[in-house]
Amino acid sequence: MSLNIIVLAKQVPDTRNVGKDAMKEDGTINRAALPAIFNPEDLNALEQALRIKDNNPGSTVTLLTMGLPRASEIIREAIYRGADGGIVLTDRTLGGADTLATSYSLAQAVKKFGNYDIILGGRQAIDGDTAQVGPQIAEKLGIPQVTYAEEVIDLADGYVTVKRRLEHGVETVKSPLPCVVTVNGSAPDCRPRNARRLMKYKYAVSPSEKAKLAPEAQAFADARPYLNIQEWSAAYVEADPEQIGLAGSPTKVKAIENVVFTAKESLCLENNDEQIENLVKELIANHTIG
Amino acid sequence: MANFYTDNPDLKHHLTHPLMQKIVALKERDYTDAEKFDYAPQNFEDAMDNFDKVLEIVGELCGGLIAENAEGVDHQGASCANGHAIYADGTVANLEACRQAGLMGMAMPRRFGGLNFPITPYIMAADIVSRADTGFENLWGLQDCAETIYEFADEDQKQRYIPRVCAGETMSMDLTEPDAGSDLQSVMLKASQDEDGTWRLNGVKRFITNGDSDIHLVLARSEEGTKDGRGLSMFIYDKRNGGVTVRRIENKMGIKGSPTCELVYKNAKAELVGNRRLGLIKYVMALMNGARLGIAAQSVGVSELAWREALAYAKDRRQFGKAIIEFPAVAEMLSVMKAKLDASRSLLYECSRFVDMYKIYEDIAKERSLTPEEKAEMKHYSKLADALTPMAKGMGSEYCNQNAYDCIQIHGGSGFMKDYACERLYRDARITSIYEGTTQLQVVAAIRHVTTGTYKSLIDSYAAVDVRPELQGLKDNLAAMTQQMVKAVEAVTAVGDTHYTDFMARRMVEMCGCIVMGYLLVLDANRSESFTASATVYNKLAQAEVAKHADFIANFKPEQLAFYKA
Repeated sequence: MSLNIIVLAKQVPDTRNVGKDAMKEDGTINRAALPAIFNPEDLNALEQALRIKDNNPGSTVTLLTMGLPRASEIIREAIYRGADGGIVLTDRTLGGADTLATSYSLAQAVKKFGNYDIILGGRQAIDGDTAQVGPQIAEKLGIPQVTYAEEVIDLADGYVTVKRRLEHGVETVKSPLPCVVTVNGSAPDCRPRNARRLMKYKYAVSPSEKAKLAPEAQAFADARPYLNIQEWSAAYVEADPEQIGLAGSPTKVKAIENVVFTAKESLCLENNDEQIENLVKELIANHTIG
Repeated sequence: MANFYTDNPDLKHHLTHPLMQKIVALKERDYTDAEKFDYAPQNFEDAMDNFDKVLEIVGELCGGLIAENAEGVDHQGASCANGHAIYADGTVANLEACRQAGLMGMAMPRRFGGLNFPITPYIMAADIVSRADTGFENLWGLQDCAETIYEFADEDQKQRYIPRVCAGETMSMDLTEPDAGSDLQSVMLKASQDEDGTWRLNGVKRFITNGDSDIHLVLARSEEGTKDGRGLSMFIYDKRNGGVTVRRIENKMGIKGSPTCELVYKNAKAELVGNRRLGLIKYVMALMNGARLGIAAQSVGVSELAWREALAYAKDRRQFGKAIIEFPAVAEMLSVMKAKLDASRSLLYECSRFVDMYKIYEDIAKERSLTPEEKAEMKHYSKLADALTPMAKGMGSEYCNQNAYDCIQIHGGSGFMKDYACERLYRDARITSIYEGTTQLQVVAAIRHVTTGTYKSLIDSYAAVDVRPELQGLKDNLAAMTQQMVKAVEAVTAVGDTHYTDFMARRMVEMCGCIVMGYLLVLDANRSESFTASATVYNKLAQAEVAKHADFIANFKPEQLAFYKA
């Protein structure tokens, strides 16, 4: 069975190694100070997509990302790891989008893409940490969603069976296709980049990147259709200008402040069983532990 | 997560050596593969960019998964059940990742599914893998057995086996037997033919690294009644055919993830490689040269990790109110470790480039006849590779053991505990100076290049290169060392006794090695200033070593040899 698999991915600032200049005065992220990386959980999602492809020869995995034109970097990265191609949804009018506007824009792109069997994405991106975009896309497309996925166990006869990682255990659910599956960081790591694929696809470019190349490099890409990454605009996906970018984003950032933890009260215990037992009881009672 | 390629700029320095331009152009036959294969380079810059980017994959995999698995692999080790070797869990994951990354069959031609990399970037990958997990380097590095199939097997065998290696099947070289270790002429495993001509193998092999591999190269006695190397032939045993079982695996001191197997052959179906009787004298010799270069790379990887672990600890550990790296005794050890590391690495890549040069010409000679100039060049580099391979393996493996020792010393009491990587490293390092020919046997292979002047002419060619004025002093010292070496060699050969020459061989080879590596580091420093410290530190070390050996030889009376007979 050959399937059309879409992987939603985002190029994010690497917030795992944050320095003191990571935030600007106005509370937005200083992207210049942080390297742009493939959102980690989107890589987990890509691995699940590639495993579905491994088990269903002839399937295609297409990466869909919204962002700056340079987001084509993560498309190349995904292709090196086994994806078949990718689309960058990029447009000035899409900038400043919150999760509502983002999910609307991506849902429009998915509709434009048309025939798809399953959509996978990371649970959440490390820059916003909302975990809202995947579920919102499912809602906008009117299809089921499976969140916190750890493993796609089976995909057959129009259904997908997924193991979900929950707080106190796992749950296995079955959903009709098409659906959206958001993958947890506890899922297997993505496979490495493949040497042959890297050498083959390293010159893959989007139209905006190609425009900056020397004529012979442009001709090189033109002669090889597999080296062309698609770039879609808001108009191309027929997005309503009122529902995208800043205009379509009801979320407003009021302020950003540093939180410094300080000890408010402290308690000294004697080193005896009774006092320790009392403390444990108290912690259980106020749900700090247990 | 660390990337073991990008965090080490020395590697790129060696990768971008000027000779690479010629190596790559020859290897790529002036880039004609680009028309046939979509992953072949268009030109030199494209090819170098490919090496760089693929080594980045190697570095990422090694700095992440493989290095993280190393401790678990060492604890769990390989095991044996139901006639098969079972890898540690981490080893299984490492192998799978290497397959997915397409890092198997790296040096094989594209028409068999390989990456068609020259030996030099392949060896660089081995250097990186070894730093992550020394024992895993063996399993991964046995892919270079495919080189023997490529060089000596027939076209049908190449087409059946090499693509499997490129797809990730593992290999082994089944040479050693209980009574045939260093002396492979004594191999007894019997190869006989059925009436239909099918070869069958019967007997026992011992100490076989990765002995439960998918595709084996086997040295066996095909000529009944013979007793020496001329009765031995090379065979391929395919695990899919069955007939070989793992009787036990060795409980080793180090490289515990790499299963060392005792194999029992019972009527195992096999295929002859090349011609009968050439198994040892031609094919194994070629195989061993490749394997020795691999161990030289493995040794450099161990040296690298030893130096890094020691450096990190010395910066971190505080005694008497300061970091121990601030004490001259510790700082000196670290400087000498780095100098030995840099010296052995420079020799490793010099040797790799020489191997590339002659092997690529050999390969081209299968397609067309070489011009007289090309033939002369092939011969020149073949001889140099033959001279530098035992030196790189012999001295590189000794240096890696010394560095592993010093790494523990810098850790003090903590280094003696199982808590730090240096303890594993010390055990893993130990085998490098033993397998694929002990250091003593590397001396045997190298000594004729001392007496026939191969090293001397190479040294002269280095001496003829102009360097920056501030490096001239180091060059002058090396010229003086060369004179001491020449004088010592003359004194030994003047005695005219092979036993005496054998006795002094190690000293003479080491003198040459010190001078060769001394010059290589000066040339490295000439190209990149970051090598100046190591070039200087190594120069001091080399001066002392050369003087020590020269002194020993000058003061030794041949009749005193009688006291060295145990």
